[in-house]
Amino acid sequence: MDPHADPSAPLQGEPSNQTKRKLKREMRTQLVSFVLMIFITSMAFFSIASDVIPNGFAIPFILILAGLQVVLQLYFFMHMNEKGTGWVNAMIWSGLFVAALTVASLMLLIGVVKY
Amino acid sequence: MADNHTIEPQVLPPNPEKATLEGRNKYLGFWFFLGGETVLFGSLFGTYLGLRGGTADGPGPSDLFHVDLVFIMTMLLLTSSLTSVFAIINMKRGNYKGLLLWMTATVVLGLAFLGFEIYEFYEYNHQGLGFGVSAFASAFYTLVGTHGAHVTFGVSWITVLLIRYRKSGLTLTNAPKFYTAVLYWHFIDVVWVFIFTVVYLLGIGG
Repeated sequence: MDPHADPSAPLQGEPSNQTKRKLKREMRTQLVSFVLMIFITSMAFFSIASDVIPNGFAIPFILILAGLQVVLQLYFFMHMNEKGTGWVNAMIWSGLFVAALTVASLMLLIGVVKY
Repeated sequence: MADNHTIEPQVLPPNPEKATLEGRNKYLGFWFFLGGETVLFGSLFGTYLGLRGGTADGPGPSDLFHVDLVFIMTMLLLTSSLTSVFAIINMKRGNYKGLLLWMTATVVLGLAFLGFEIYEFYEYNHQGLGFGVSAFASAFYTLVGTHGAHVTFGVSWITVLLIRYRKSGLTLTNAPKFYTAVLYWHFIDVVWVFIFTVVYLLGIGG
């Protein structure tokens, strides 16, 4: 792209055939990940809502499902699986790392100690 | 050149949101921001998990939560995430009308979600869960309320973009703006997945 291009000029024309093919593939991937997300959410919901599944199994199960769904969302909907996302991955994973430590320490400090 | 007022149309690049330095900086900077947001919500989740047992004779999670309602809210937010994905695909195809249309659909679904949430908070308040009733109440309202505030901000942000750029067509200036707004929207959905699991499902199950 020309670095001196006027950024307020309307973009016209069709994308290249290569881009079109890529977008078509992407559309399919996104629809599949959406169906998976709906399926995962419903599974989590029913494993808690039904009385058949014991809670000792259901609780770790839904936490794993939530993790799975977040990975789907980050890597497919938010395109973290694409090339050139090294910094993006670094930021989100360090954010998640600090958040995990925060959750663990807050649970232990204000939750467990006072019981 | 300065007195030439006709703007030459540009050819659509494959990734219009990352075609300029400004766009690339916005993209990267926004992910840095999302990394920080993760920690913000992490601290609120930690506080909630630490305090959720402290109901102080007020209503507790299993007395209050209607999981059916929350399940519908989750579906609304998930679908709005998909419509914003469609918006970006249309943007890359150069279909600006499609972009605006799917973004409008996202806003509508976001507003429906907010409506349910306001109803939910109103109901809980009615059932005796005021903000200061118990440690659980404060932690719950702060966590879910902060998420709701993010949804409100996201809806307003996209609405402003839709009004501001209703006639401009897709440009190298507004492509990164729509793109970052969509990233924000997906992030809100990521946070909600955890709220649904940790607050609501664990609230009635564990």
